[in-house]
Amino acid sequence: MSQVAQGRGRGGFIAGFLLAPLALYLTFVIWPYVQTFGYSFTNWTGQSPTFDFVGVDNYSALMKDEVFRGALWNNLLLLVFVPVVTILLALFFAFMVNAGGRGGAGGVKGVRGSGFYKIVYFFPQVLSLAILAVLFGAVYRTDEGGLLNGVLIKLGLVDRLHPIEWLNEPNLVLWCLLLVVVWHGVGFYLVLFSAAMQSVPKDIYEAALLDGAGRAQTFLKVTLPLLWDSVQTSAVYLGIAAMDMFVLVSTMTSGQFGGGPDHHSEVMATVLMRNFLYFGKSGYACAMGVVMLVLTMILSVITLRATRRERIEF
Amino acid sequence: MTTVVKAPGEAAAERSGGAGPSGERRGGRSEGLVLNVFSHGFLAVWAILIVLPLIWLALGSFKTDAQIGGSALSWPSSWNVDAFGRAWDKGIGDYFANTLIVMVFSVPLTMLLGSMAAYVLARYPFPGNRFIYYFFVSGAMFPVFLALVPLFFMVKRFDMLNTYQGLILVYVAYSMPFTVFFMHSFFRTLPTAVHEAAVIDGASDTRIFFQVMVPMAKPGLISVGIFNILGQWNQYILPSVLMQPQTGSDPERYLLTQGLIQLQQQQGYETDLPVLFAGVTIAMIPMLVVYLSFQRQIQAGLTSATLK
Repeated sequence: MSQVAQGRGRGGFIAGFLLAPLALYLTFVIWPYVQTFGYSFTNWTGQSPTFDFVGVDNYSALMKDEVFRGALWNNLLLLVFVPVVTILLALFFAFMVNAGGRGGAGGVKGVRGSGFYKIVYFFPQVLSLAILAVLFGAVYRTDEGGLLNGVLIKLGLVDRLHPIEWLNEPNLVLWCLLLVVVWHGVGFYLVLFSAAMQSVPKDIYEAALLDGAGRAQTFLKVTLPLLWDSVQTSAVYLGIAAMDMFVLVSTMTSGQFGGGPDHHSEVMATVLMRNFLYFGKSGYACAMGVVMLVLTMILSVITLRATRRERIEF
Repeated sequence: MTTVVKAPGEAAAERSGGAGPSGERRGGRSEGLVLNVFSHGFLAVWAILIVLPLIWLALGSFKTDAQIGGSALSWPSSWNVDAFGRAWDKGIGDYFANTLIVMVFSVPLTMLLGSMAAYVLARYPFPGNRFIYYFFVSGAMFPVFLALVPLFFMVKRFDMLNTYQGLILVYVAYSMPFTVFFMHSFFRTLPTAVHEAAVIDGASDTRIFFQVMVPMAKPGLISVGIFNILGQWNQYILPSVLMQPQTGSDPERYLLTQGLIQLQQQQGYETDLPVLFAGVTIAMIPMLVVYLSFQRQIQAGLTSATLK
């Protein structure tokens, strides 16, 4: 850090620059998070200003809440599958884009048009979740007018009179949502992994080639270890996204704030919002928020610990 | 569609079979060709899976209701743009304007306050510096709606529910973690010599920031700016909780994402699907334009934000 910056009399300047950002951040971000903890121990309805302290009643009620437990289980399923599927696909495509086009002359290079693929793949990332919800709502339509059913009927795989009810099928609905998340996310992580792959010096690859490594070996023994930091970060991001899922579930599935059919696509966020805005159980909703917060933090720490490897410098 | 999910496993098996050590020995040229076809095949399939639904949806805005309910693969019978006009009248125009009004203030304010905090934290050592930095950055860890219940009442207490200024302040606050994180690493990389020279010339700290540091940080500011534009444009949960009319006489100030969902829910009993598709297409186009014009910066910005 620069010497001049350490001079005296800068307290006012520092405070002046930090004041407004900190004030906003404290008021609208940190303080609400803290309040969530406080309210979670009350029977506050959100309507009246008065409420009683009820201790851990909300938390013990949560443990017995079948709907919440189902939602928790769905979140955990998503938490495993969203990162795994997205990262595997993104890694596969990133490898193809960056090293798939190794020509006869040797050396490692991307396929032709790799720039084009990166642009197209990333595009879903700039679409809002609301657009995704409308788009995939149409794709998953239960009649022939849905893109998925339309194509399957055309191919003769599905009976025109009994199309698949994607989002109304208890066993399918969660996987349909998973697909939307993957469709949305792969491009982002492809670009991320591509950048990481490109920052690996070429001579490492060339050395591996000279030593007679095949493409699969090169990928597993050279590329993947060098990308490990990015994979780890991605797993945490995707895990946080899988804990959320609110927009997609609440807009695409049936029921008040989604979760249908019969709670089969319920996630914690939708249960929380229903209790807050529909049942008026604000204190109870806050307890759910706290449980989610704690779970998110535990999972981030576990992911970072479990995937920790020795950092490779290059 | 579900078969796509299985692709990586199958693909990995095929790849190691086709391009493993035994394939290597047969000579690079033919193997390279096979692999080229193979990788192009997979890449092209995914590219189609991305583009096809979007084009299909845009085409839907030219169809009639009956056509949309019929075969999904039918081509629109005529190319009239009625649905776009109807979507605009249904409020898409207003939602668009509301979103723009909010962002015209929220994005510059985010950039200004975020850079100020990041700059001080990056270049001025003082007690508590690290603490405040992590304090800012940690906000990115938690999903927004965890704080939603108290946030709603906080904004209500300020009497700013369903107001532009309320949403603007909340947007700025929630964009702070990412902006500070990104700009912090950017300001750290700027050379100190320029700063020292400015001090010797007698410039004040404030002046150095605005006249020396901000212009030097322009590439970083552009990257963060684009991310904030994308993030705030696509925000759904915050407006849907904070921008509801509070009384019957309260004007509707829905933002675009919120309005689209509203439109979608109305379709349940009105069945004017072309309008919905046209609305989504209208909402998609500006993002497509921003993305295509700035995709280089977006990809570069993404890289430097996450890999440093």
